[in-house]
Amino acid sequence: MSFYSQKVMDHFSNPRNVGEIKNADGIGEVGNPVCGDMMTFYVKVKDDIVQDVKFKTFGCGAAIAVSSMVSEMGKGKSVADAMKITNADVAIELGGLPPNKMHCSNLGADALHKALEDYLVKKRKNKEENKSGCGCGCG
Amino acid sequence: MQITYFDNNSATQLDPRVLEAMVPFLKENFGNPQNMHSVGAVAKDALDNARKSVADFIGAKQSEVYFVSCGSEANNFAIKGIADANAQKGKHIIVSAIEHFSVLYAARRLKKIGFEVTILPVNQIGEVNLNELKAVLRKDTTLVSIQIANTEIGTIQNIKELALLAKANGSLFHTDAVCAAGLVPIDVNDLGVDLLSFSASQFHGPKGASALYVKKGTRITPQIDGGVQEEGRRAGLENIPAIVGFGSACELVKNEMIKNSASIKELRDKLIEELPKKVEYVYLNGHKNNRMPNNVNFSIEFIEGEAMMLLLDSKGFMVSSGSACASKALKMSHVLTAIGADPAVGQGSLLISLSKYNTMADVDRFLLEFPAIVKCLREMSPLYAHFIKTGERQVAGPGTDYEHDHDHSEK
Repeated sequence: MSFYSQKVMDHFSNPRNVGEIKNADGIGEVGNPVCGDMMTFYVKVKDDIVQDVKFKTFGCGAAIAVSSMVSEMGKGKSVADAMKITNADVAIELGGLPPNKMHCSNLGADALHKALEDYLVKKRKNKEENKSGCGCGCG
Repeated sequence: MQITYFDNNSATQLDPRVLEAMVPFLKENFGNPQNMHSVGAVAKDALDNARKSVADFIGAKQSEVYFVSCGSEANNFAIKGIADANAQKGKHIIVSAIEHFSVLYAARRLKKIGFEVTILPVNQIGEVNLNELKAVLRKDTTLVSIQIANTEIGTIQNIKELALLAKANGSLFHTDAVCAAGLVPIDVNDLGVDLLSFSASQFHGPKGASALYVKKGTRITPQIDGGVQEEGRRAGLENIPAIVGFGSACELVKNEMIKNSASIKELRDKLIEELPKKVEYVYLNGHKNNRMPNNVNFSIEFIEGEAMMLLLDSKGFMVSSGSACASKALKMSHVLTAIGADPAVGQGSLLISLSKYNTMADVDRFLLEFPAIVKCLREMSPLYAHFIKTGERQVAGPGTDYEHDHDHSEK
């Protein structure tokens, strides 16, 4: 298939980290089945390091390959560093994407970021609840 | 790895007998039919013979057949040529919503220069309604263009009745027969059409040779100006090898079509019958019975078409899809949109178009391999996971806004 690079085809045919995480620390969902692209990312975070990333994707070859690549890139990074992963980074790691598939790489990076943001929001909430003691914000 | 070619609406394998007929014209018989000398004369004879075969194939006179380079050119010639030639009489054109882009965008081009275009909707199985056509025909309607059958969903139109309506209104009728020719019988007199497009490449002839049938007495403005070829209606050095191949393909299919189409239909019916038994949540697109004998089109829910095509390709199956990602334009097929296919479900569209070179063994092998491919993609799909957990279909998730402008007309 000359349309996609070898690396894209590898990540499409053998996607890494497909699945869900029960009791995930963060979940991020992007895309729209109407457009033909939808990704849900799950993250497990400990001591501010991304321990595990899993995903489910409805989309084309590029979407699946991007999801796989993003999940690999996120694993083991600090939350801050993982938030810095851009679509350009993903496309480079994959050896390039056809121009009309670049938006898939946006989606992948965004889905991971959304999951991490979800984690951060939850983390903030927990902190606030712990501070006030009774959890109703009266403290 | 064995290659199973299931995408014959895109291109077909050359019949070896057609190749044999063409070879001399790629080698020693290289002349230009417009030349007066003996070398030119050989080419001229070949051109004339091919024209006779092509005309016979559709029940037309030789003088009514114009050779062009491809189906898109035939359609452009018809739409623009008729609109222009009849502009004094009227500037209203009617086309169906499921026409090929070469018809739709030719009509859109006319819109930009002051013509009015009415797009006829179709029902959920892709049929144009006779009463709806009647309702939009006007005094100033000069042309109606409705295809014999749809290349994607296979639905066959009631051309005879539609053409009669147009005729009664004093309008000309063009039909795009590109995907139908060679599979169902075509007789221009029986159909009652004024113009008809069809291509050699659809029935085991070569690429590069198509024809527009123009009924005698029909005024049409040439689109390619220059030399005197095609009675001054379409300039350009004729693609003799391809035209010879076209003629040969017409002769062969004229004798073999009934038998071939019956066999192909058997394969089609098995796929249509068995696929839903092997895979859940699949929906047939197009008319169940009144469809092209070689056309199978299913929407496979919860998965995306391009990914499905890639996995099938890795197993040696060549198919097509109407999903947005599968199209370079990133829009779901306009045909699936026109029949009201759910935009999410339509993304998982599978199009198989068979030919006489496919066998029952091909079909059986496909039915064996396909379920695993669907299973693999569904296991990855958040839509499927959601459905299994909740019994609900996810309509739309929170979106990342991204601009993609893929307006065809800009190209």
